[in-house]
Amino acid sequence: MLIPCPHCGTRPVEEFTFLGDAAPTRPTTSDPSSMEAWYEYVYLRNNPRGPIDEYAHHSGGCRAWLVVQRNTETHEVFGAVTARDFSKAKDAKA
Amino acid sequence: MRYNVFSLIRNSFSGHKNWEPAWRDPEPRKEYDIIIVGGGGHGLATAYYLAKEHGLKNIAVLEKGWLGSGNIGRNTTIIRSNYMLPGNNPFYEWSMKLWENLEQDFNFNAMVSQRGVLNLCHTDAQRDAFARRGNAMRIDGVDAELLDREAVREMYPFFDYENARFPIKGGLLQKRGGTVRHDAVAWGYARGADQRGVDIIQHCEVKGIKVENGKVVGVDTNKGFITCRKLGLATAGNSSETASMVGMRLPIESHVLQAFVSEGLKPYIDGVVTFGAGHFYVSQSDKGGLVFGGDIDGYNSYARRGNLPMVEHVIEAGVAMIPSLARVRVLRSWGGIMDMSMDGSPIIDKTHIQGLYLNAGWCYGGFKATPASGWCFAYTIARDEPHKLNAAYRLDRFRTGHMIDEKGQGATPNLH
Repeated sequence: MLIPCPHCGTRPVEEFTFLGDAAPTRPTTSDPSSMEAWYEYVYLRNNPRGPIDEYAHHSGGCRAWLVVQRNTETHEVFGAVTARDFSKAKDAKA
Repeated sequence: MRYNVFSLIRNSFSGHKNWEPAWRDPEPRKEYDIIIVGGGGHGLATAYYLAKEHGLKNIAVLEKGWLGSGNIGRNTTIIRSNYMLPGNNPFYEWSMKLWENLEQDFNFNAMVSQRGVLNLCHTDAQRDAFARRGNAMRIDGVDAELLDREAVREMYPFFDYENARFPIKGGLLQKRGGTVRHDAVAWGYARGADQRGVDIIQHCEVKGIKVENGKVVGVDTNKGFITCRKLGLATAGNSSETASMVGMRLPIESHVLQAFVSEGLKPYIDGVVTFGAGHFYVSQSDKGGLVFGGDIDGYNSYARRGNLPMVEHVIEAGVAMIPSLARVRVLRSWGGIMDMSMDGSPIIDKTHIQGLYLNAGWCYGGFKATPASGWCFAYTIARDEPHKLNAAYRLDRFRTGHMIDEKGQGATPNLH
């Protein structure tokens, strides 16, 4: 797999450390009433077969946190943006 | 027909042309009492024990591919019960005990070979951890021996004991661990289940699960709708997809794990050796090929094939431990899809839907668990309550904080 890093250009997969699905949203409170939201955020995953947005750290390169769009069934990589841009776009949608 | 020396002699006189098929290939009926989704090791074992231990009839196993086409055919065939935590060890030891009598039990040669599993340690701290693990195993009645460096050297003189990064300091040996002919496990369970009346239906993909008033009533398949009273899901690797048919989200990610086999060699490594610090383990098959593997690739995948960087990583680690491996040629590599659960431990439990049972989250360790998984899942389905051996493998343990965190690393799907 080759990942198009927005800073470094196309780089091989071994330079990246994957954190997993970028879909879960971290709860903004630690209030006990938010336990269910925390449980979902920490443990539950959609685990899609197909396209996924996932966090990847360019640990062997620019060390930026990215969000890579990839297909989990075919390993096709569609693109990558910085995690910052991904969050901004997500917030704008919400 | 039972397989024994007399049936072998009898059939040899007719040129081995009159052996009966080991199992039937039936069309599905409209209705079953119990349906198991997934005709791999765990699903077939579950059906076998449902029929044998609980005397139940009218059971079907639905398999979307061919029998044993999942991880039962894609693993590295190792069995062991060297776990530490109370929720794990009695379960895996029960699995080992079932392995020890499996061939007599289901009358099929699964080539169970208790050739010993040795975990290498490289630091004093790791040796302390192994001593602790070994003691925990012995408390549960499992065999464990802590070896010093010279004892390991006597077993395997050709390892690199003076490796600069990972000098070998000793190891933890479980002599009862070993290997099993993996496909034969699926075939033996399939034959045993079939003889007890279980319908094994291949190329029958479940497309949907029908629930009415909180109760399972049947499944939609490519061979039509089939009614059932109880439904067991044993689809590890694909559990999230299957569970999503009833709107459940699981604490599981699917990852790819690669394995490799070398060209055939003369007898070289007679046991199983793991080099955990370097992510490498190896054994030698009866055909002579070295069977080895390492860690998951590290990204979500359903692809059943990995990438080359992990191939390189595993082989580097192998050559670091056994320098003479450098001249061995690799024949094949393949990948299997693992249900990586969030604490590294499996799930065998009821669900919030009446009549729906879940067997999932096996991480790397599904093969060795096959007999006990089937045995416990059968018990859970038949009695509608978990056996005490799988009582800790609850689905809700992540919500309640009762995780079985064998590695002590908290919630990540990257655990063993």
